[in-house]
Amino acid sequence: MTEAAQTMNEETPMTHGLDLGALQRERRTLNLQDETIALEVNNLDLYYGEKQALMGINMQIPQKRVTAYIGPSGCGKSTLLRCFNRMNDLIDGVHIDGNITLDGENIYSPAANVADLRRRIGMVFQKPNPFPKSIYENVAYGLRIQGIKNRRVIDEVVEKALRGAALWDEVKDRLHDNALGLSGGQQQRLVIARAIAIEPEVLLLDEPASALDPISTLKIEELIYELKDKYTIVIVTHNMQQAARVSDYTAFMLMGKLVEFGDTDTLFTNPKMKETEDYITGRYG
Amino acid sequence: METTSIGHHISQQFNVELEEIRNRVLSMGGKVEEQLANAVTAMLEGDTAQAGQVVQNDYQVNAMEVMIDEECSRILARRQPAAFDLRLIVAIIKTITDLERIGDQAERIARMATELAECSGSGGSNQCLELEHLAQHVKHMLHSSLDAFARMDPEAAVEVARLDDRIDKEYESMMRQLITFMMEDPRTITRTLHLMWAARALERIGDHAKNICEYVIYMVKGKDVRHTSIEQMEAEARGEG
Repeated sequence: MTEAAQTMNEETPMTHGLDLGALQRERRTLNLQDETIALEVNNLDLYYGEKQALMGINMQIPQKRVTAYIGPSGCGKSTLLRCFNRMNDLIDGVHIDGNITLDGENIYSPAANVADLRRRIGMVFQKPNPFPKSIYENVAYGLRIQGIKNRRVIDEVVEKALRGAALWDEVKDRLHDNALGLSGGQQQRLVIARAIAIEPEVLLLDEPASALDPISTLKIEELIYELKDKYTIVIVTHNMQQAARVSDYTAFMLMGKLVEFGDTDTLFTNPKMKETEDYITGRYG
Repeated sequence: METTSIGHHISQQFNVELEEIRNRVLSMGGKVEEQLANAVTAMLEGDTAQAGQVVQNDYQVNAMEVMIDEECSRILARRQPAAFDLRLIVAIIKTITDLERIGDQAERIARMATELAECSGSGGSNQCLELEHLAQHVKHMLHSSLDAFARMDPEAAVEVARLDDRIDKEYESMMRQLITFMMEDPRTITRTLHLMWAARALERIGDHAKNICEYVIYMVKGKDVRHTSIEQMEAEARGEG
C-alpha cells in the first residue's frame, strides 16, 4: 500500500523524451485515494445547545498516517477530535447529527459500546495528566482495569509501552517513583505510553506539545513519527510548523467548517482555498 | 490562488521585509539590464572605455546576488514562510542566480567588444548589424521578463518565454551567416569568432530570461513548468488555481 501511496502525481510535466519514472517514484506525493480509511466522518453537525460548532463535516482519515487539524481558536478542531471517541457525550447540551465510522462501524449507533470505543481510540491532552501513582502503575492502569493480573504480562507490556513512547531509558531505574516527579515532557510521553499500553487503533492528540519546551516538543514529534507505523494518529495543533513537520495529511478548519483537506506537502506549498492561504501565511482575509 | 499580493500579513514587519527584498531583486534586474545595454553599445560602437566599465561593474551584480541570497536565508529561518510567501522566496533565490549569470554574459560581451576593437581597426561592418538586431530582441526579452516578475503576471511570462524560440532561430541564422563569412575570407576568422562569442552570450541571456519567466509562473500558480513545452506552460499559467 505504501508503494501505491507513493506513485506519481498524474500531473507530471511532459519532458522531452526523458524518462523520469525513477525520479517520480522517489517523489512522495501521498494520495488519499490510495489509503485504507480508518475513520470516516459523514455529514457531521454538532451543537452546543443552540450554538452550532461543527457544520456538515465530511472527511476520511487514513489508517497508519498522521492527520493534523489546524485552524484558529474556536474553529471546532478540538470539538471534532473529541467526537472521535465520544468525549463530547460528557458535555451537557451537546447534540450531534450525522455519524462517524471506525472501520466501517458507526460509533454513534445506539449499539456501540463506548468503553470499548475508547479502548480502541486513545486520547492524549494538552496538559500531561498522569495519575498520582508510580510510573509503572500509570502505564499498567489500563491493563488492570481490563482485569489482567499476571505480573509477567504486565511487566512486559509496561516495558514495551515505555519503549514505544521513547521513555524507557530515562525511567527504567525508577519505575516505582511517583510519576508527578517527571518533567513535563517526560510526563507527556508517559501519558502516551499509558495510551498505547492497551494497543488502541487510533491515537488522538490534542495539542500534545503546546505546554512543552522546544526540545521536549521535538521528542514528541519524533515519537509521533515512530508511532505512525502502528497507529492511526490524529493531532490537533496550533503550531502550523508542527503540523507541517509531523503530518502526512492536513485539514484546515474555519468557523466550524472543513475548508480544505489534503496531503500536507500540497497544503503548505500550494493550497487551493484562499482562506487556507491566508491562514498559513499569516494574512488577514 | 488568485490574490497574490505581498501585503496583508498580520505582521506588518513581514510585509515590509518581503516588499524590500522584491525591490532589491528589481533593482538588481535594473543593474543587469544596464550592464547588458552598455556592453552592447560598447560592442556596436567599438567603445573600449565603456566595455572596460562594464567589466569593472560586474562585481556590483555579484554583490547584489550575495546580499539578496543572505536576506532570503534570513527570512526562511526567521519567518518560515508558507504557500505563496514560500514560493516567492524560492523564486527569488532562483531568479537572482539567473540574473547574476546574465551579468556574467554581459561582461563576456564587453570583453569581446574590447577584443573586437583591438583586432579590427577597419570600422563597423554589416556583421554588426545582425548582432544589433539580436541584441535588441534579447534586451526586450530581459526587460519584459523582469516586468512580468514585477507585476507577478504569469500570462505575460508565457508571452516572454515564447520570444526565446525566435531568439534561438535568429542566433542560428546568424551563426550560418558568420560561417559563410569565414569560409569566404579566412582573414576575418578571428574577428568573426569574437562576434560569434558575443552572439552566443546574447542567446544564453535569452535562456536565462526564459528561466525567470518560469519562476514567475511557479511563484504565482505553484506549478513547476521547467522542462515542459510552451503549450503546457501556457495551460498552467492560464489555469485557475
